[in-house]
Amino acid sequence: MKNYQDELVIKSITNIAKDVYEMVLVGPGVKYISAPGQFINMKINNSLQPYLRRPMSISDYDDNSLTTVFKVVGQGTEILKNKEIGSTIDCLIGLGNGFSIQDLASVVLIGGGLGTPPLYKLGKELASMGVKVTTVLGFASKEDVFYVDKFKEFSKVYIATNDGTMGQKGNVLDVIKHENITFDYYYTCGPERMLDALVEAYPDFGELSFEARMGCGFGACMGCSCKTKTSPYKRICVEGPVLLAKEVIVNG
Amino acid sequence: MANLQVNLPGLNMKNPVIPASGTFGFGYEFSKFYDINVLGSMMLKGTTLEARFGNPLPRIAEGPSGMLNAIGLQNPGVYAVMEKELVQLSKVYDDKVIANVAGSCFEDYVECAKIISRHPMIGALEINISCPNVKAGGIQFGTDPQMAATLTKAIKEVSQVPVYIKLSPNVTDIVAMAKAIEEAGADGITMINTLIGMRFDLKTGKPIIANKTGGYSGPAIFPVALRMVYQVSQAVSIPVIGMGGISSGADAIEMMMAGASAVAVGCQNLVDPYACPTIIEEMNQILDDMGIENIQDIVKKSHQY
Repeated sequence: MKNYQDELVIKSITNIAKDVYEMVLVGPGVKYISAPGQFINMKINNSLQPYLRRPMSISDYDDNSLTTVFKVVGQGTEILKNKEIGSTIDCLIGLGNGFSIQDLASVVLIGGGLGTPPLYKLGKELASMGVKVTTVLGFASKEDVFYVDKFKEFSKVYIATNDGTMGQKGNVLDVIKHENITFDYYYTCGPERMLDALVEAYPDFGELSFEARMGCGFGACMGCSCKTKTSPYKRICVEGPVLLAKEVIVNG
Repeated sequence: MANLQVNLPGLNMKNPVIPASGTFGFGYEFSKFYDINVLGSMMLKGTTLEARFGNPLPRIAEGPSGMLNAIGLQNPGVYAVMEKELVQLSKVYDDKVIANVAGSCFEDYVECAKIISRHPMIGALEINISCPNVKAGGIQFGTDPQMAATLTKAIKEVSQVPVYIKLSPNVTDIVAMAKAIEEAGADGITMINTLIGMRFDLKTGKPIIANKTGGYSGPAIFPVALRMVYQVSQAVSIPVIGMGGISSGADAIEMMMAGASAVAVGCQNLVDPYACPTIIEEMNQILDDMGIENIQDIVKKSHQY
């Protein structure tokens, strides 16, 4: 086995919401994950089409298995959802930094759509340390909602949907304000517009995980750079995907 | 095992495999995957006199068997490259490397080349007159033979190391470009850079890349690169380092048969960080299978036909 790479075996593929699938992968290469919020970069197949790897978040992991959640949006994810159980996928594992695990009194996890999964393992770990965890999840509509029961394992969960078909109508910020949720620190992952709104509302004490189109996923191509307050640029794949709220430039 | 050693101006390499500029950062990123001392040399990320952030995101799109990029020469500037990036690289790499130099104007190119060529880790310069993704500089110098020749002469006057000029495929007559820079004193040619391309979002019709156009690279462009290396290496007597879509040992050998004295691997490093060491192993295996003991024996093999 090469460093940071393994041919992980597909253990299961489960449809958990509209076009959203949970995939469990097993293999010794999982050992390269060192923190919640890191990601894997997956070669969908051994052909030249699709050509680039696909960065995928990790919702949960242990010593030998990891769980990833993806939405079918194009050719690559369409192929992925139809993979055979027991087949293998070439993965670069444990890429990027992760969320910091801190001994805090109370935190809120704020997930937006496909940004929800990377917060799950983080929440579990924080709760096991005795941190009071509250979760706010935002989705477009009821049919897009997933992972609510999983977050209920360790936290009180609030839901927002844009169309009001489940939980509160509106977005995650509306819920935090309406429910008067208080917290010492926040962790979030989701669409960039949501992250920018959270930085504007809470600029001093949180961590945000960003998504970007990547060429490589490990710092070689500079395809995913963003401007920050602390350095001329940071690569989402190496110095990210998790950035501190106080270093994020809105629309940077 | 065949003898893979290649000696080119400024570069005495244990094998002919070089990661191409822009696909290998400043090198040390790859040392977490493998010992990068197995490489023949490496072409560093394009360096300019001043720091550049590059183009807005998205900078990457995909195409059939390849990718489109418009990074826009993001780099921390020549002084930071020498004081930080090369220091970092020197901890994990022992040999000489190739600095890729770019600029916004004539003077920037010359000054940047002059400064970085004095660094002890630099064995040669690759002058990037073919970047399609920057508004000023770059490709203008790479499409006008007279401008390219004048720039080559000026850089040769100030450089402490041999100078390779990186040619663009986005020209009508690449042979004329090659001849012009050879006559101006270039020590070698590297080619090809990316082909200018576009992709559009089906729903909106909007270009996927924020810069609108980007440089296309990957296996899709390999036959184009082969043809151009074949033509240029017949027309000039300075060595050509061939690149463009090489993704296997077989591709690398084919490129050398087309006329390249060494090869650079680009896009494939991004898809497979182990691409270069794998290609070196595959080249060895193929040459052994062919009963060829010295890699020099395959260079320009196609020229007899």
